[in-house]
Amino acid sequence: MASSAPADAMRLRSRIWSWVTTTDHKRIGILYGVSAFAFFLVGGLEALIMRLQLASSDNSVVSAETFNELFTMHGTTMVFLAVMPLSAAFFNFVVPLQIGARDVAFPRLNAFSYWVFLLGGLFMNVSFLVGAAPNAGWFGYANLTSTQFSPGLHVDFWAIGLQVLGIASIAAGINFIVTIVNLRAPGMRLMRMPVFTWMTLVTQFIVVTAFPVITAALVFLMFDRTFGTNFYVVAAGGDVLLWQHLFWLFGHPEVYILILPAMGIVSEVVPTFSRKPLFGYAVVVYSGLLIAILGWGVWAHHMFQVGLGPIADSVFAATTMLIAIPTGVKIFNWIATMWGGKLNFTTAMLFSVGFIAMFIIGGLSGVMHASPPADLQQTDTYFVVAHFHYVLVGGAVLGLFSGIYYWWPKVFGRMLSESIGKWHFWLTMIGANLTFFPMHFIGLLGMPRRIYTYDAALGLDTMNLVATLGAFTMALGTLVFVGNVLWTWRKGEAAAANPWDGAMLEWAIPSPPPAYNFSVTPTVKSRLPLWSEDGYEPKPLPEDPPEPIHLPDGSYWPPVTAVGIIVAAAGLLTGSLWVALVGIGVLVVGIYAWALEPFEV
Amino acid sequence: MTHAEATHQTSTGLDSRKIGMWVFIGSECLMFGSLISTYLVYHGKSVAGPTTREILNIPLTSISTFVLLMSSLAMVLALAAVTRNDIVWSRVWLATTAFLGLVFLGFQAFEFTTFVREGLTLQVSLFGSTFFVLTGTHGAHVAVGVLWLVSLLVRSFQGKLGAEKALNVELAGLYWHFVDVVWIVIFTVVYLLQ
Repeated sequence: MASSAPADAMRLRSRIWSWVTTTDHKRIGILYGVSAFAFFLVGGLEALIMRLQLASSDNSVVSAETFNELFTMHGTTMVFLAVMPLSAAFFNFVVPLQIGARDVAFPRLNAFSYWVFLLGGLFMNVSFLVGAAPNAGWFGYANLTSTQFSPGLHVDFWAIGLQVLGIASIAAGINFIVTIVNLRAPGMRLMRMPVFTWMTLVTQFIVVTAFPVITAALVFLMFDRTFGTNFYVVAAGGDVLLWQHLFWLFGHPEVYILILPAMGIVSEVVPTFSRKPLFGYAVVVYSGLLIAILGWGVWAHHMFQVGLGPIADSVFAATTMLIAIPTGVKIFNWIATMWGGKLNFTTAMLFSVGFIAMFIIGGLSGVMHASPPADLQQTDTYFVVAHFHYVLVGGAVLGLFSGIYYWWPKVFGRMLSESIGKWHFWLTMIGANLTFFPMHFIGLLGMPRRIYTYDAALGLDTMNLVATLGAFTMALGTLVFVGNVLWTWRKGEAAAANPWDGAMLEWAIPSPPPAYNFSVTPTVKSRLPLWSEDGYEPKPLPEDPPEPIHLPDGSYWPPVTAVGIIVAAAGLLTGSLWVALVGIGVLVVGIYAWALEPFEV
Repeated sequence: MTHAEATHQTSTGLDSRKIGMWVFIGSECLMFGSLISTYLVYHGKSVAGPTTREILNIPLTSISTFVLLMSSLAMVLALAAVTRNDIVWSRVWLATTAFLGLVFLGFQAFEFTTFVREGLTLQVSLFGSTFFVLTGTHGAHVAVGVLWLVSLLVRSFQGKLGAEKALNVELAGLYWHFVDVVWIVIFTVVYLLQ
């Protein structure tokens, strides 16, 4: 044993190295999933501390300052570091398989996106260690973020960190648009693409158009703080509403960046476990497109309370209500898919049905504050917190868990335990409703958001305690999920190629898929390749590739380039020109080495 | 190589890098759109410092605009030369494009220093903040483009920029023309429509 220890260490090192340098979309998908889940736990922990603080009136678990940091980082983490990259995990693993591709269009750019996301997320969270976590809310309203009202590095961590994450998102967005547009297997016409792939495409179009807008807004903020410009300085004639417009011009499309992937997952899971093709495929696809387009014209409904005037208010109220139509259409299509189907309530299906139910509740409260007079009563109260947690936890998170149970066998070749999974689902479902349903009433009774404590005379103690208990129920559910993963790791049942009898191409290859995905590129002849007699050729795919398949080697330049970016960001943060120059130097070297290294896709 | 070429067949028949470049340019449009909108929203709202009429030098900037437009012409000729495998002229036109880009940057450096001397700084007013961030972002894009063109020129002198690499030049060209078009919008909005 002793003699083999160095050999073991070598093997371990080369295994880690192979993950660091990987350009395989499947491995990058797993990296995204693991990292995003870790950030999800961090964001959840922040929520639990806030709920402990709010469990009773006049509580003092944390100070007001810490509470500000907690709600800022909870929002920022869940949006940018948990839900978006968890969706990215599915884009990475599933989309190339669904369209019959060997990999994404730009494998190294894909690795680059992941490393920039990971380093950007760590950069943002390091702020806790130096006692300067962002504390101005995830929306960072001007001029609360000015150096006058936010001294220290808190807001700088946030503004620079988000720009870094924006680079990762835009790079990934370009990559997946090109992949879906250009790398489809023969016969995979646009209107034969699985709905999950369609929603990925739509989401990425929103990403590449929305992120540049917040990047501009953040550049202004950074210049105001670092170089003394006047973008958000009222004394110089600046308008603080400029930030709100730019932020929500990004921020509302961002909502659809979070929810459309989950809608895509549900559109895969519901037909599979209803044993029926998706009802009204084309309408579901067009609804997704319409949501994305309309999503660009509703941003000012986040700003009714600033007093934009009756005309602007009316227009934005109308567009906001319009968006309920394509959303409602999707919900009816999922229900119609289940109608008369042979339903099989696996854990994945339960999460999807849970998604539909919770999203309806969140959608209804959403339409309520589409109306400006109602919104003026509800805005900045817990009613709004209830609304967006119904769509983001009840919607996005349940949808993503549904995807985890659905595709886990494909990713790891083992089945997650169904019986533990049901515990996970019910704890999450009951916990989410216990937490967020009372918040509707707490809000309507007048409890404001983002306030670290409240008076006993308000009489809100009981409902707040219920919400806190609900949050811990959800946390227990998440622990059960972790237990499920560990159990599956040791004793999970091996998965067949198509354990759920799914219809899409990813189920035509072994679980887990070989590095080259498809032994021969299939020719697609139907929207449901595995459910129709002549859905794809050749059928079945040969077990071994008939001719050798070229696979690109890994590359360490994407992570090196990502390190360059984060070092430059650290230089910007600390105001150290030398650190910034070193970072830019590494970045430039990385880009040239990347461009010149032999790398055949 | 045959199987490698087989995997290069794409759904649209276009090279993926070209589509990727177009999507990137689309994304950049939103970035410049935000910067230009901000400039317009704040136009005439400054409470201190020199105004646009006092400080902008239209004849001078018309010259630099012309220089940048001519660089786009040189870029087209460079791509044509690379495509027909004309080594000498591809070098001439690549060098010309990069040189004209540098001249434009020189004009911008002169303009910036003159403005600062005349009292228009980043900090003095909304006009200063929006003007320098907008035109500075554009200038940074031109600088990246020059670096890219010089890199292509170096590859050419290494003998590694034959007709089979024309796409590399085409991608740089797409970027270069985009940066040029953005300048035409900025020139119109900032200088001509005061």
